[in-house]
Amino acid sequence: MIQFDSKELSSSELEGLNAHFQERIDAEEKIEPKDWMPEKYRKNLIRQISQHAHSEVIGMQPEGNWITRAPTLHRKAVLLAKVQDEAGHGLYLYSSAETMGITREELIESLHDGSAKYAQIFNYPTLSWADMGALGWLVDGAAIVNQVSLQRTSYGPYARSMVRICKEESFHQRQGYHILMTLMEGSAEQKAMAQDAVNRFWWPSLMMFGPHDAASAHSAQSMKWKVKRQTNDELRQKFVDQSVEQAKAIGLTLPDPDLVWNEERGHFDFGEIDWAEFDRVVSGSGHCNRERVAHHRRAHDEGSWVRDAICAYEEKKRSREVA
Amino acid sequence: MTDNVNMKLYEVFLRSRRGLDHKHVGSLHAEDQEQALEYARDVYTRRGEGVSIWVVNSSDICASQESDCESFYDPLDDKPYRHATHYKLPDEVNSM
Repeated sequence: MIQFDSKELSSSELEGLNAHFQERIDAEEKIEPKDWMPEKYRKNLIRQISQHAHSEVIGMQPEGNWITRAPTLHRKAVLLAKVQDEAGHGLYLYSSAETMGITREELIESLHDGSAKYAQIFNYPTLSWADMGALGWLVDGAAIVNQVSLQRTSYGPYARSMVRICKEESFHQRQGYHILMTLMEGSAEQKAMAQDAVNRFWWPSLMMFGPHDAASAHSAQSMKWKVKRQTNDELRQKFVDQSVEQAKAIGLTLPDPDLVWNEERGHFDFGEIDWAEFDRVVSGSGHCNRERVAHHRRAHDEGSWVRDAICAYEEKKRSREVA
Repeated sequence: MTDNVNMKLYEVFLRSRRGLDHKHVGSLHAEDQEQALEYARDVYTRRGEGVSIWVVNSSDICASQESDCESFYDPLDDKPYRHATHYKLPDEVNSM
């Protein structure tokens, strides 16, 4: 890889490179790993891609919680397949972050020390089987809305991993909806369980799109660099609009008294998000923040003997080849 | 953090079905080729995406530099007579 050291460039050279970079983006050309890019673009993307990767990996925990208690063998197989997908998605994303010159170890380290974030939604506990339905339908649903948009992001490796992820992700949402649908065809108790899960996960799902555009720290620059193709609020609106019909079709109510069709806008109006709760969960005081990171750290540490064994085996093979 | 320090990076190529080219799909870390193949199978072919996998050590790939585009491709760009459309034929036979 060619390393461009921005410090060694004169300010006019730097200006030229910046202008060329922006021209390329304006012309809808992708940025590829070996291209010159502003240091801020690189940092911003590492932050976003690694946050995305960590979300996939941490997201395995709330669902892993129910694998042993899935109500049927079929549901168990489905949930296992879904969780396995999330691990794969994490890998796709770590790989694309690594093309920007950061190592996997550094990425994991910043997850463990808290300097890298993951989606706030995974800090909520999964209390009932219906939560597997709500997670699939709402959380994966919200993720898909975001990821479909990101298929057009300006960084090539990130865009390509989004295409692959989107292909796999639609099964995730559909299996979740199917869980809720089945519960909604069941007893009064089962219906109540489904509704309760939706009540708890609706608002946190809306928070997944991040702060309002005006309050979002990275939005404006990300739009200019086409890292983001649609703003947080645009994506959130799209998610609300599509969810209303889906809820209605199986008799679920979305827990928002202000949710109403706005003929003039051609969209649903909805209530204000509890941003204090969002800040609390993002900054580490959600129900499960500590547990999620501690579990990841434990799994990572307890798996180190496997990695050591692989290295030792390879070392042995190499020394035999030499002898 | 001794983890992946020695783990090599592999590029993964998949042939989605017989008759098609292998296509680059991504990369992964593995200790050796066999392990890379098994990882690639687990990660990139969970839904029958491929009938054949290639894994290649990333460091073995020699790549042209896009920034050298001009000087690298220049000698090939001034031969329009290599393209079929260069030859103007009468309308009656123009689908040749």
